[in-house]
Amino acid sequence: MSRDINVKKLKKNAFRQSKVRGEAASRVRCPGGEIDVESLQRVVDIAKQYGKGMVNITNRQGFEIPGIDLDDMEEVNKALQLIIENRGINQEKYNGGYPASGTRNVVACPGKSLCPFGCYDTKAFAQEVDKAIFPNDHHVKIAFTGCSNDCAHTRLNDFGIIGQTEPQYDPARCIGCEQCVKYCKKRSVGALKVVNGKIERDTNKCVGCGVCVNYCPTRAWTRSKEEYFRVVLLGRTGKKNPRMAEDFMKWADHDTVIKIICNVYAYLDEYLDKEAVESKEHIGYIVDRTGFEEFLKYIMKDVDPNPKCEIQGRIYWGGKRYDQTNELRQSMFRFSERED
Amino acid sequence: MGYQLSKQNFGEVLGKLGETYRLFAPVLKKGEGRFKDTDVVRYDFVTNPDEIELEKKSDYAFKEFMLPISETLFFFTEDQVKEADIDEKDVLVFLRSCDMHAVKRLDYIYLENGKEQDWFYKRLREKVKFVLIGCADTFEDCFCVDMGSNRTEDGYVFSVDVIDGEFCCDVPDADMAKVFAECKAVETEVTPRFVTENEVHVDIPESIPIGIYGSDVWDEYSARCVNCGRCNIVCPTCTCYTMQDVFYTDNGKVGERRRVAASCMIDGYTNVAGGGQYRRTNGERMRFKVLHKIQDFKSRAGFNMCVGCGRCDMVCPEYISFSACINKVADAVRKEADDE
Ligand code: SF4
Ligand code: SF4
Ligand code: SF4
Ligand code: SF4
Ligand code: SF4
Repeated sequence: MSRDINVKKLKKNAFRQSKVRGEAASRVRCPGGEIDVESLQRVVDIAKQYGKGMVNITNRQGFEIPGIDLDDMEEVNKALQLIIENRGINQEKYNGGYPASGTRNVVACPGKSLCPFGCYDTKAFAQEVDKAIFPNDHHVKIAFTGCSNDCAHTRLNDFGIIGQTEPQYDPARCIGCEQCVKYCKKRSVGALKVVNGKIERDTNKCVGCGVCVNYCPTRAWTRSKEEYFRVVLLGRTGKKNPRMAEDFMKWADHDTVIKIICNVYAYLDEYLDKEAVESKEHIGYIVDRTGFEEFLKYIMKDVDPNPKCEIQGRIYWGGKRYDQTNELRQSMFRFSERED
Repeated sequence: MGYQLSKQNFGEVLGKLGETYRLFAPVLKKGEGRFKDTDVVRYDFVTNPDEIELEKKSDYAFKEFMLPISETLFFFTEDQVKEADIDEKDVLVFLRSCDMHAVKRLDYIYLENGKEQDWFYKRLREKVKFVLIGCADTFEDCFCVDMGSNRTEDGYVFSVDVIDGEFCCDVPDADMAKVFAECKAVETEVTPRFVTENEVHVDIPESIPIGIYGSDVWDEYSARCVNCGRCNIVCPTCTCYTMQDVFYTDNGKVGERRRVAASCMIDGYTNVAGGGQYRRTNGERMRFKVLHKIQDFKSRAGFNMCVGCGRCDMVCPEYISFSACINKVADAVRKEADDE
């Protein structure tokens, strides 16, 4: 039997085209890296019934169920309905599976739900953003991480959101034990010093990781009631110019963060290369064409950042340009040709 | 004399007492725990009953009034000294039975140990009257019954037990009783609640032979304990402090002397001139602390220092249990006796 399948539609419907002819993989979206056991069981059931009894765990905290016969996609979509509902994913057609796959699963580390260093509810924020932006075909990667450790590798995303707390100091509770100084230095950036038996924080150097709060034995250090965020922009992997995301904002509040993320879609509508293969381009390459100013104009539209928020006006990214050179720098040699 | 009264009337009692006294009580501080969105119960001045945490055991001890975590003792210039002023008002300190027993330990150290009384402790201590908070049930880590501190029969001006929303107070102090009577309190027989059974038991050996110093029970603590000192800071019977002489300007001769809480677990406690340090390993420090609490202090004072409040267990980040350690020591003592 000859198959007549619209592959573009299949991909948009969150199936990945397999190298095995006649097969696809179903991609399950878990915003914030969280899944309830009922949905997890459904992943298992789909893999057993329609797949090969194996499941790939993806880098972006989703599941990929390989070995699905193209003829079974409709049935698989029906089976996915429970997961889509349990996970609160916006949908267009009941039993129709996922309506888009361009904007990738929104990633989060466990954050405050589990981690002693988590500065906010990473999963809830990721899910809130997923609600606000999904479904969307534009290729956008967003990740949330609880503190400056960046366990969620937000630096490889278009938008990386890193939690911050502003440590509050009560000198009347400080015994000058210097544990905060020691651990800020060892586990963080070394922003604290002792002056006359009490502690001084270099407010410019402090990254808001909260390590001092965790180690203070007296509660002289506590966390700010307000939650703050560092926003890093346009990191990516890939063939041409892989690079880390660079700092854009620090001490931003929740509303500022969510607005700038939502604003990026209008920019993409306007400037995405109409000839781009599979209508897919890392945002950074578009910014190279339009200039950062234009990008800034779009993402800052109607944004009124909180007074404490500091913003970087110009950003320079690094990373190797493989489209310019593939040479290894310095002392290039083949191991086998070494002189002993 | 005992009284029963509504929360509102109890509030009136506190209002009236507030004219004469400052009220120092356990308060649930929202979000001020070590981790994001965790709370801490510690002492502070309050004005109404809603602020007082009567259910949970406090994480930090009442001693912070008589032994402030950081206290300026006096100010000095070239040839003059002036003691720091204190608030002249008397203070009502709300505490539990184990804490009442701890007061006796603090008094012993600061008023009865040696020829000189501690002038700074004494002037605060003389301002204090105690309000006993009854214990309806044991908390997880308490071992007051085995330490004999579960019951308090005198030394308080009134007690508080909240039973079915009604405040039940034993009021042995005649002046206080007048205030209660003025606030529509109904006379009734009240005995402060106290526990007679804890989940935790300790078996303190009558005498601990000197051989315990070389025992291997301490070894595990060298690896487990992180010498953070939290166990000392929260302990109602830890009394150690250190001095800080602070000069206000670089070349100035004007400054202040502070005393701040010290901890026998934290680095620096046994440092001496020339770089010496008596107890380097955390196992040695644990040995000193535990034996001091259940043996050495007793050999001077006639009663044990530890009152079994369990706060050191609650706060330890490494799940080191003081009561479990006591029992390990008891086992080691028994084993040594058997071996002889
Ligand atoms: S929040 Fe982090 S960087 Fe800032 S002072 Fe505390 S430990 Fe140092
Ligand atoms: S850890 Fe806490 S008590 Fe120790 S020096 Fe720092 S602020 Fe003061
Ligand atoms: S609280 Fe625990 S880890 Fe910290 S010093 Fe005490 S026993 Fe050691
Ligand atoms: S050693 Fe622990 S249990 Fe004993 S009084 Fe101190 S804090 Fe309470
Ligand atoms: S140790 Fe005893 S007196 Fe103290 S809080 Fe626990 S139950 Fe109450």
